[in-house]
Amino acid sequence: MRATSRSAGNVEIIALEGKITIGAGDTQLREVITNAVNAGKTNILLDLSKVTTIDSSGIGELVGSYTTVTNRGGKLKLLHLPAKLNELLHVTQLITVFEVYENEAEALASF
Amino acid sequence: MERGDSERIEITISSRFENIELVQVIAEHLCENAGVDEDGSHWIGMAVREAVANAIKHGNKLDVRKKVNATFELQGLDLEITISDEGEGFDPAKVGDPLNPQNLMKTSGRGIFYMKTFMDQVHYSFLPGGGTSLVMTKNLARASGIATTKA
Repeated sequence: MRATSRSAGNVEIIALEGKITIGAGDTQLREVITNAVNAGKTNILLDLSKVTTIDSSGIGELVGSYTTVTNRGGKLKLLHLPAKLNELLHVTQLITVFEVYENEAEALASF
Repeated sequence: MERGDSERIEITISSRFENIELVQVIAEHLCENAGVDEDGSHWIGMAVREAVANAIKHGNKLDVRKKVNATFELQGLDLEITISDEGEGFDPAKVGDPLNPQNLMKTSGRGIFYMKTFMDQVHYSFLPGGGTSLVMTKNLARASGIATTKA
């Protein structure tokens, strides 16, 4: 998995690319979020448009990331959910937890 | 592959996460060859991925000397997948329902749920000499978007 970050006002936009699966991206995601939060960037918009594969470990890390950010008083929101990831969040009802956006400007305005 | 044909594929891997995809790809190709569309094949492949990941992590506890065996048996449109490990076994009943509000924010415990979601039946058994065997079945006519006729 590859992660690239850029700032937009008080929001850190982190774009993830590739696989978020057990042993290949799940722990990387945790590190990326932990590093951002430790750097004081607690409003995070995760752009998932280039995520190619995710499994239950990756879904678990998304949940863990949400908790990490929320516990630090921040917000974590999702942008551009791929269809299969959207399906996995729906069947586990996690879609009710995350705020999901299809438009970056709208997402940024929501923080 | 023509409808009504039978097919049997078996693969044994060492307990490394990077081997999971090998088994997943076999499942997806087998389904696609049987006429299941890309999405339907993907979800069956995902169930296999979760099963193999559990066998490596919870069964064999990442001991690379221990093997995971996967068998795919296709009879007509009935697919049976068996994933076996050499671990000490675990009680799947102890895994909480991930839809329970108390479990919703847990970072683990969704693998078996996804298997049950994407397959028709999921059954665990414990081998006499040790190890866990997981049998999952799927009638491919019920896989999403399966072609009703095959050229």
